Amino acid sequence: MVALLSKITLHATVMKSNKDIAELLDEPACEHNKKEKSGCAKPKPGASAGGCAFDGAQIALLPIADVAHIVHGPIACAGSSWNNRGTRSSGADLYRYGMTTDLTEQDIIMGRSEKRLFHAIKQAIEDYKPPAVFVYNTCVPALVGDDLNAVCKSAAERWGVPVVPIDCAGFYGTKNLGNRIAGDAMVKHVIGTRDPDPLPESNIRIHDVNLIGEYNIAGEFWHVLPLLDELGLRVLCTLSGDARFREVQTMHKAEVNMMVCSKAMVNVARLLQKNYGTPWFEGSFYGITDTSEALRGFAHALNDDDLIVRAEAIITREEAKIREALKPWQARLKGKRVLLFTGGVKSWSVISALQDLGMVVVATGTKKSTEEDKARIRELMGEDTVMIEDGSPRALLKIVANYKADILIAGGRNMYTALKAKIPFLDINQEREFGYEGYSGMLELVRQLVLTIESPVWELVRAPAPWHGNSSLGLDSNSSELEVNHG
Amino acid sequence: MANVIKRNKALSVNPLKASQPIGGSLATLGFNRAMPLLHGSQGCTAFAKVFFVRHFREPIPLQSTAMDQSSSVLGADENVVEGIRAIAEKSKPDLITILTTGLAETQGADVHRNVREFRAAYPEFADIAVVAVNTPDFVGSVETGYAATLTEILRALVPDAKTTGSKVGKRPRQVNVLVSYMLTSGDIEALHLIFVQFGLRPVFIPNLADSLDGCLTSEDFSPVTIGGTKLSELATLGDAIATVVIGASLQTAGQVLEEKTGVPTYQLDHLYGLKANDALVMTLTMISGNPVPERLEKQRAQLQDALLDTHFMLGQLRVALAADGDLLAALVDLLQETGADVVTAVTSCNVPLLSRIPVASIKIGDLEDMEKLAITSKAQLVIGNSHAVTSAERLNVPILRAGFPLYDVIGGYAKTWIGYAGSRQTLFDLANLVINHAHEEIPIYRSRYAQKPANETVALSCH
Repeated sequence: MVALLSKITLHATVMKSNKDIAELLDEPACEHNKKEKSGCAKPKPGASAGGCAFDGAQIALLPIADVAHIVHGPIACAGSSWNNRGTRSSGADLYRYGMTTDLTEQDIIMGRSEKRLFHAIKQAIEDYKPPAVFVYNTCVPALVGDDLNAVCKSAAERWGVPVVPIDCAGFYGTKNLGNRIAGDAMVKHVIGTRDPDPLPESNIRIHDVNLIGEYNIAGEFWHVLPLLDELGLRVLCTLSGDARFREVQTMHKAEVNMMVCSKAMVNVARLLQKNYGTPWFEGSFYGITDTSEALRGFAHALNDDDLIVRAEAIITREEAKIREALKPWQARLKGKRVLLFTGGVKSWSVISALQDLGMVVVATGTKKSTEEDKARIRELMGEDTVMIEDGSPRALLKIVANYKADILIAGGRNMYTALKAKIPFLDINQEREFGYEGYSGMLELVRQLVLTIESPVWELVRAPAPWHGNSSLGLDSNSSELEVNHG
Repeated sequence: MANVIKRNKALSVNPLKASQPIGGSLATLGFNRAMPLLHGSQGCTAFAKVFFVRHFREPIPLQSTAMDQSSSVLGADENVVEGIRAIAEKSKPDLITILTTGLAETQGADVHRNVREFRAAYPEFADIAVVAVNTPDFVGSVETGYAATLTEILRALVPDAKTTGSKVGKRPRQVNVLVSYMLTSGDIEALHLIFVQFGLRPVFIPNLADSLDGCLTSEDFSPVTIGGTKLSELATLGDAIATVVIGASLQTAGQVLEEKTGVPTYQLDHLYGLKANDALVMTLTMISGNPVPERLEKQRAQLQDALLDTHFMLGQLRVALAADGDLLAALVDLLQETGADVVTAVTSCNVPLLSRIPVASIKIGDLEDMEKLAITSKAQLVIGNSHAVTSAERLNVPILRAGFPLYDVIGGYAKTWIGYAGSRQTLFDLANLVINHAHEEIPIYRSRYAQKPANETVALSCH
């Protein structure tokens, strides 16, 4: 396919330039910027893990449930990834349809991919009548120089439906960059294109707010949303859990934005502040302490005295209720030692939740944490806390052994690292099936923690068969078996 | 026989297709101490990894050449060479496969040259097998990617009989068995037992039953595959008495092996249903010279009995199928033996086998096509992968999960489909789905003159 190279050089200006990418990597609101390298590190061939920019962009926006999400590329990009998110919708389910141009060799060689995309957009609009179409660019069309913006623009004009280009070819960079590209596209093309619906009648003052970086994994945000309703906080949009296109359009009208847990889409918060003057704060809904802090955060940011009083009342009520409900579980979890490896983004918020339960976090991953995150972790765990930069399976297992951890809490990618080494495990990432947010989410969290830590299977899998070795089932078979051999 | 209907729409909705790099990785993972290296951007590998982890519920060794903006535009030769070196040094595998993606192929990568460059630059890793395969995702599917990779591994690593002096039948009990991607780890174990009953020693190539079978070992962690076909076994293939190839997609792989070793090949399309397994048993009788074992006679009789028991539920059952070529052919044969009608057949890409499949038409397409065709053909049951579950829900018909990926069931990767016994179980599974699914019944009629108790007459509306 060497003949294609001439086309590539001709069209190379169409894809995101190194300058565009550098600008996205240079995120003033991200603490990593202050270190020697800006943004995120370059991957190493043969020794890399983690997704690409397309992956990140898709994760960030796919939860917008009524949009037709078209992946423009050959099959691998959509074929291996559609319908695999834990995010839930309260209604529309178009986001669960995998849509792709499924480019063929002929499309690429003959330069037909733009034409296919144009017709694909038409087909999606005619067959599924979405309020908008998002088109995700991938490596191959970026390389051959498809003009995504032009195709989306003319398709939108032709069919009268917004068509949003998300220029997120995988080779542009990491998942994190993809998150930012996605946020950038929302700010550029969607936010500010509609005003919110009129407020409903209410005897309390209603405030409009947004949540950025809340993905409603397993429906966990529905543990929190009733409390926000009760406080009179109208969530214009969660970017992007259980969101609809018409909600994203109105995000510019919020009085305050909350960045939930991760800094992945911090550029959205920053740009909304720059363009519309909306203040933002960072918070989390994991754990009792942080959930209460988040509610307070809204009340104070909105500077509404009545709201502050009502927020405190709800916090007192909810905290009392959940602490009572957790009592029988707490005794079983108190003092249990946790190795937390979230890849960094949610470390401090999960630590707080675990400490609420009386558990001891012996070490935590900070590879992707910002300096600010790390400071927060030190504040929560003390100065001598172990921060893990090397997240390789071997390194994790070594720490589990050295610090006598009772459980590994990590993303699904590490599940089999733990299980094959016969170590209890809890999944904390976006593919998980259980929701832990809010006060009531804590009950699910303790249930899952106890389920794995106290499971009878550990004894069964650690002990050798009765015809091998001395120790057999029913005999002492725990502590020594936990020791891991690091040959 | 089938009329193959080509793709005729711009947008693929709910894809059935899995990519060639997925297939190539799968073939590689069936070898011992192996590591697939996808030549593309990081996402190519990350997505494939998640895909496999969800299906097998196992840790999956898989690496990436991590192409970025500059290497995508200016050339990524260095990424390939450096990627191989990093894996060779860190994980010391026996086999590394370099599998290209759409990105690398569009850019104009020449991975075969890159392998030669690696060899020249790093002679210290000469004992690690490195095989490059072209598996762009803009052509083919998981099936063709798997077949191409297996073919290239055999071409590169099986020694030529002329140079090594291997001799057909020197190992009179050894049979080389090339197995299509459609055979599960449960299938391979069942097949192993069948060979053993004939006094034969099968060498499966590749052997996913040994590498991705959910086994808990004493090792806490391995960066490469544990189990699978040992590369040292490849040197013995030329001494075998015969090669059995299962799956039409592996025809080329079988030819390459025969050309290299001279070992005679027996080609079988699949092992679903009575006739297919009769063909296997006849083949093994011929190869081994042994009579059919009693146990197999019994299992055959059990399958016959199951055909009788289930034909009431499966006869004239209108079935919609969505599967890649090899599996589609297998399912069609199995269903037709029971008297079921395959009213919709959808597959992900065109392969020569399709025209031989005895159904009226096969649509190259996606699960949206399957769904639409199933509505017009009034399908009563769907067979497809986990992605087809929502289609079946919308169609309000039961689904039998088959193919790749199976992520919403536990142990789907280990289910045994083949042999007389496996075929019998599949018939049971199908019949149970039909029995347990609420089917159309004659609407209740209540006579206005009837003398039923008063509390029954209020229910006037049909339930």
